[in-house]
Order: sequence, then structure tokens, then C-alpha cells
Amino acid sequence: MGSTQDDKALALLAAKGDGDAFRQLLEVHYDLIFRVAYRFCGHREEAEDIAQDVCVALPRALKQFDGRSAFSTWLYRVVVNRAKDVKRREATAKRVASEYIEVEDLRQGEAQAAAHQAEWLHEMLDQLSDDQRQTAILVVGEGLSHAQAAELLEVKEGTISWRMSELKKSLKAMAKEEA
Amino acid sequence: MTDPLKKLEDAFRESKVASRATAKHTAISAAMHAFEAEKTSPGFQGSEDGARLNKQGGKSQTLLKWRRMMNTINPKFAWSLAGSASIAVLAMVAVAPNLDDILSSRYQSGEVSVAKPAPSDTVAEGRAHVAPSEPAVTQVPAPQVPAPQVLSDQVTVKQSRPVAKRALAPQAAQGRSLQSESAVRVLPLPAPVDLFNPGYQDQGRDTFEAFETNPVKITREAPVSTFSVDVDTASYAFMRSSLNNNVVPAKDAIRIEELINYFDYAYEAPTDKATPFKANVSIMPTPWNDGTKLLSIGIKGYELQRDEAPAANLVFLIDTSGSMNAPDKLPLLRNAFKLLLNSLKPDDTISIVAYAGSAGTVLQPTRAAETATVMAALDRLQAGGSTAGAEGIRQAYALAQSGFKEDGVNRVILATDGDFNVGISDPHALKGFVERKRDSGITLSVLGFGRGNYNDQLMQTLAQNGNGNANYIDTLSEARKVLVEEAGSTLFTIAKDVKLQVEFNPALVEEYRLIGYETRALAREDFNNDKVDAGDIGAGHTVTALYEITPAGSGAALVDGLRYGSEAVKPADPAAGNQGEYAFLKIRYKLLGSDESTLITRPIRASDAVASQELASDDARFAASVAAFGQMLRGGQYTKDFTHDAVIALAQSAKGEDPFGYRAEFINLVRLAQLASELEPLNRQ
Repeated sequence: MGSTQDDKALALLAAKGDGDAFRQLLEVHYDLIFRVAYRFCGHREEAEDIAQDVCVALPRALKQFDGRSAFSTWLYRVVVNRAKDVKRREATAKRVASEYIEVEDLRQGEAQAAAHQAEWLHEMLDQLSDDQRQTAILVVGEGLSHAQAAELLEVKEGTISWRMSELKKSLKAMAKEEA
Repeated sequence: MTDPLKKLEDAFRESKVASRATAKHTAISAAMHAFEAEKTSPGFQGSEDGARLNKQGGKSQTLLKWRRMMNTINPKFAWSLAGSASIAVLAMVAVAPNLDDILSSRYQSGEVSVAKPAPSDTVAEGRAHVAPSEPAVTQVPAPQVPAPQVLSDQVTVKQSRPVAKRALAPQAAQGRSLQSESAVRVLPLPAPVDLFNPGYQDQGRDTFEAFETNPVKITREAPVSTFSVDVDTASYAFMRSSLNNNVVPAKDAIRIEELINYFDYAYEAPTDKATPFKANVSIMPTPWNDGTKLLSIGIKGYELQRDEAPAANLVFLIDTSGSMNAPDKLPLLRNAFKLLLNSLKPDDTISIVAYAGSAGTVLQPTRAAETATVMAALDRLQAGGSTAGAEGIRQAYALAQSGFKEDGVNRVILATDGDFNVGISDPHALKGFVERKRDSGITLSVLGFGRGNYNDQLMQTLAQNGNGNANYIDTLSEARKVLVEEAGSTLFTIAKDVKLQVEFNPALVEEYRLIGYETRALAREDFNNDKVDAGDIGAGHTVTALYEITPAGSGAALVDGLRYGSEAVKPADPAAGNQGEYAFLKIRYKLLGSDESTLITRPIRASDAVASQELASDDARFAASVAAFGQMLRGGQYTKDFTHDAVIALAQSAKGEDPFGYRAEFINLVRLAQLASELEPLNRQ
């Protein structure tokens, strides 16, 4: 993340009421917001809704951003918390509807493999516990450090490390089942 | 063994998640509005920009305040991020003194409890800001700037983020916003344009109830066929939107009776309100099978004169979640709604409840004559937030209750694009809720919009349990058809629990098959049981049911006779006076406000039949062509080698006057289906 300083500067400008800076910030970070939302809920339209919610909430939320941590870390936390909220609320309904897997872009030949991967990924994530899933998305999917993930999820760093080793065990067990 | 984590990592990397440019654009514009709004809020600490403040104008300031209150009175929706429920509560307390002006308490659901009033706004505001570094966020909806209506040709499908954008480049950003503004256009009004973005297809998640096509029945074994009427037409519109995208719709999306009933047929209408409908019968040779005949039973409901129509109390419950912000959703709904306004009587009332991240009453019950007020409320609607309508549906019913019109039509009309996540998370509980409300005289209709997320089964279930209609709206012309032309029939029910039962005469009819109505089948004994719910018929509605019947001795029977069973069919008893009867039709219905059903009967005689298709009416032949097409879309189990060309020829010959071009459109759809089915094998490769 080479432009961490840029992001932070933009965020602070935006918090002071600079509209251009704010727009810039969204242009750059929308994809991250959407991606994390999507990983959490596995559902495109819902992820778009969450992403929009987060964007709309940002102007006010930004006032709490003090620049002590990297902007992206702070943003992750906003998205993760929102996604968790939604997920909690909708878990029951969603499971009944079992519309978890979205296989899009199938029409493009090269996307076939990716779609297959996406399917596998969603099935896999769905079998994990909430804690393990969140940890997997952030650490494995987003490439955050254990410390960063710990900060976002408001747990100790050791907990993340422990969850990661548990995750490995779960994955191994699932792999065995598959074989 | 490979490292399991590695595999997971690969999967994350390979299954890319690309955001859609449209969604991104929408989210950013909504956020920019929120940003401007936030700057005008009293708590703003940054540098004030006077020019920008004025841009909002006085009116929207008030509105903004109002909307914010609407959001904060429901703690559930004034969501705050870091689990800081306390902040939401504070905010709620803060608006309590003004609450009575905004909403009288009867509109609130039981979940909202208004706590003790706090002295002033500033207390809550101040305390909210003191909250430690937790990112506490209360949603502020954007003001009433209309959502951009971007037509599909302006949409770029995917947008990769150029690296340069990461640098501070206000000019670039400005240029972009100008560009996107130039792409904003007003939707064209009349023509049935295809509004879908062809670059994005996400059809896999539309859900339909799976059902088996009705089989051939042997009259000797099962002489009686019973079903409930169905006046929905959602399936037709869904089929159309699929075909307009060159996709053959899923088999289960096709309910043949809904295709047939989409069209208006010139059946003879009853002249007297006391017998609210009349049965019309015709029989002609089956176009797709030489050996059989096609029996058509048509019912037309009594047509109310405009001044006879009961007063209407309509509450629109509108999904304004972010995903509704596609050109074929909220903007289409808004235009459709304006059409409806014109068809109502001046004293009819309309109210609007929006539900998204926040649920709120956008319009208190207002007379339809106050067009400007209603229009303004409509224009305020804009998509934002996620779907969460628990409050929405309760508020809607509460409003309907408050404006309840005795002897009138009291209806909640739900407009949504899909997963009706009303917060009553259990679908059965939701069904129960709607049913209970139905018994209190408030019915529910559903208008479906958009594709990709459309939950047909839930919509159907809700509408059926709410004694209303489910319609799928894909174009403005469809909106006109549903909301305006059929305003009479969809709004004003003239008979309820309408059931049909046909008993075939085994002496003349060897086999029969009901085309469509699979999801409306009733048990034989349910016909006379007034406790069993069935479909309603509105003023002027036509309902058509088709049977393919195999006359005895025609040699066209599909099922062989039994070697050991008793073959002899008792010849009709001449004394019974039922000679020459193919079948006997019974219709049961309840008049509004009555719990006891009335029976209408009519024999169906061999003499009702015409000898050739040419002698049959245009309506009969057109219905037959639609039935043939519907069956073909469902797999063509019984249509032999009937081709698309044959459907087109038949429909063409039966087009009649077709003042609104619906039948011409059908013919066009058959052509599209022909094309799409030819392309189908290619798509599968």
C-alpha cells in the first residue's frame, strides 16, 4: 500500500469538508468496500447495497477518523462491522433462500474456471464458523496481517493466530471429505 | 498434500470480485449528496462553504431535517457501526419532542418506543460526538436530487481502476462527474423499450417454484378437474423480459394460464351485478393435434362503471434499497405511478411508505386530487441503503388501517425488485402476517421489478395469501397495462374464492388435459368447501382455461385401454337429459362480504364445437396460439411437432383489432424465442 499517506491526507481533507477529496477517496476505495462486502455476504446486489450504505455513511463516520491508523485499516473496520450487522440480521432468511452462490460472468469463456473457484470458495466459506470465516476473508483473502485483522475484529492478535491454525485444520478436514 | 491455506488463497485470488460501474456510480453520487448534507448539519466542524449551502435551497433543508427524523425514530434503522446502540437511542430521544408533528403514534409499529423527551437537540448531538474513537455512524439519506437514470447504452460494464486515479487529481474527478451527468436522461414515456443492461446478466438467482406440467387424465378414472382461477400475469412479463434479452426463460418461470390471461378477450359480459360473471364456452379442433379438440372456458367479470367503483385507499410500500436504482426499477416505478394517479377518482387516497436502510412514511394518506403533493413525494423517493422492511410492512398496514374505507378497496401495494426481506425473517411468519391482515379487510398486491434477484415464488405466495395480484413490470407499457387499464380489475374485486370444476362425460370424452393452472389445482372435495381459499376476480377481468380433450373413438387417445379392466362405459342415461354433453361446468364464487358461495352451472355440449379452426373466433384461436407457445417453452411435451412458425401463423390470423399492440408484441416474442432457442446450443458450449 504505497499511497497510504495519500489516502490519509485525502481522508483528513474530506473530513474537513473537501468534496473533491471525498469523491477521490470513494473512487479509489469503492472496490475494496464492495469486495469485502461481497466476501461477507456472497451476494452481489446485497453487497452493492452494503457498499452504498457504507459510502453514504462515510461523510459522518469520517469525523471519527483521526489519522492514527491507516485509512484502509479504518475503512476495513467500517465495512466489516456493517457487513456483520447485515449478515447477522439476514442469516436466517438467507439460509432458507439458499441463494448463496453467485456464478456470474459465465458467458465469458475464461471466466469459467474463476466461476468454479468462486463456487468452491463460497461453499467452503459457508461451512466455516463465523469467526473463522471473517478471519479467512481478511487474512487470506485481503492479505492483512494478524495484527491488522485483530484490530478490525476487536480481538487479540493471538486469537487470530489461533483461529488461523484452526482454519488450517478445518480446511484439511474438508479436503479429506472432498477426496 | 498441498497446503490447504494455499488452495484457499488461490481461490480468493482466482474468483475475482469486480464491482459494477453503475453500482459504483450510484453509491458515489449518493455519498456525495450525503456529504453535502453532512456539511450543512449543525455538527459540522470543517470549513463552511456558503455557496454550497445555498445550493440546497430552503426547502430541502427542511426536508433533510424531516428525513433525518424519520430515520432516527426507528432505532433499528438508524444503524450505527460499532455496535453503538446507545448513540441511536440518544438520537431518538433527541427528536422525540417533534415527533407528534411528524408522525402520530398510531403509525408506528410496536417496536418503536418513544422514550422520555430530552430537552434539546444539542445534548444528543454533543454526546454523540464525545463518543470515543469508535466510528459511530447514523445514516443520513441524500436529499431529493433525482437518481440518475442511466440508459443501458451509456453503461460501461466493467471499470478497472487506473493507477493514476490514486493521486490527488480533482480535475480528473470533475471531468468524470460531468461526463456522467451528460449521460442522465429522462426515460422515454410510451414505447415498450427494453430497459435492461445487456452487458450484465445475472439470471441465476431468480427463483421460481418448480412444478410438473398437468398430465393427461383418463376420464373414466378421474372425471373431475378442479382448480382456482388465476388472474395474475407476472409470468408473461417475465417471459418477455427474458426473451428481449435473447434468453429462453426457465421452464418453471412459465405458467401457461398467466400467459393466456395476459390478453383481453371479448367475452360476453354479465349485465347484472348480482351474477357477477358469465361463463363462455367454445370448442375447436386443437391446432397442434388433429385428433383432439380444444375446449375453452372463458369468464368475464362484471364491469363496473367508474362512478360505481368503490373508493380506494391505497398504500404503496416501495423498496428503495440500493439495488432498486436501475433504470428498470425505481425510475420506472415512479413513472408508472404517475400513470396510476390519473386513473384514480379524486377522493381516493394514496400513501407511500419507503423501506430501505430506513423505513419511513413518505406520504401520509393524501387525496388523489392533490396531484402535486403526491408527485413531489414520488420525486423524493430515491434508492439507497439495503433492504430491511420489517418496519416498512407494518407501517404500510398501519397507514392502510388509519385510512380504512368501509365498503372501499383497502390495499397495500408492494413494489420491490426481489428478495422481500421484510425483517420478519421467517417466510411462513410473513405469510401468516399477510393472511391475518387480509382478514381485517386489507389486501396485498405485489409489483415485481428488475431481474437477477427476483423471487417469484415469494411474490406469488404473498399476493395469493394477501388476496391480491402479482404483476411483473418490465416496461412502461406493462406498467400502463397493469396500473391503468386494469386499475378497475386489479383494484376492485367483485367476487372472491372463485373455483372452477369440470366433470367430463366418459361416454364422449376419453381423455382430457388442463393446460396450465398447475399451481392452482384444488382437490375435488375442496370445490364445495367454502373454507378453502381460491383466487379473486376483479371488475372486468377475463379468465380463460383451456382443456385439450380427446373425444371418444377419435383414435387420438394417448393411454391404451386396459386388457383386464372393465371397459364398458355406461351409456348416458337418456332420462337424465345429459346426452350430447362433453362435460358439465360448475363455478363457485363468493360475493364480496359474503362467506357463503354461490354456484353457477353450465353444460358443455358437443354442439358447442365448431368443425374447423377457421370457424372459431379470433379470441379462441389467439388463446390457442398462446397456449401452444407456453407449452413449447415448458418443453413441448404435448405439442408434437408444432413449430414457432405455426404459432406465429396462428396468432397472426387471430390478431384482430389489437388496439394496444399486445398481440403484435406476442408474435414478436415468438420470433425472439425462435431465435433464442436456435442460439441456445451455442450458449451452452
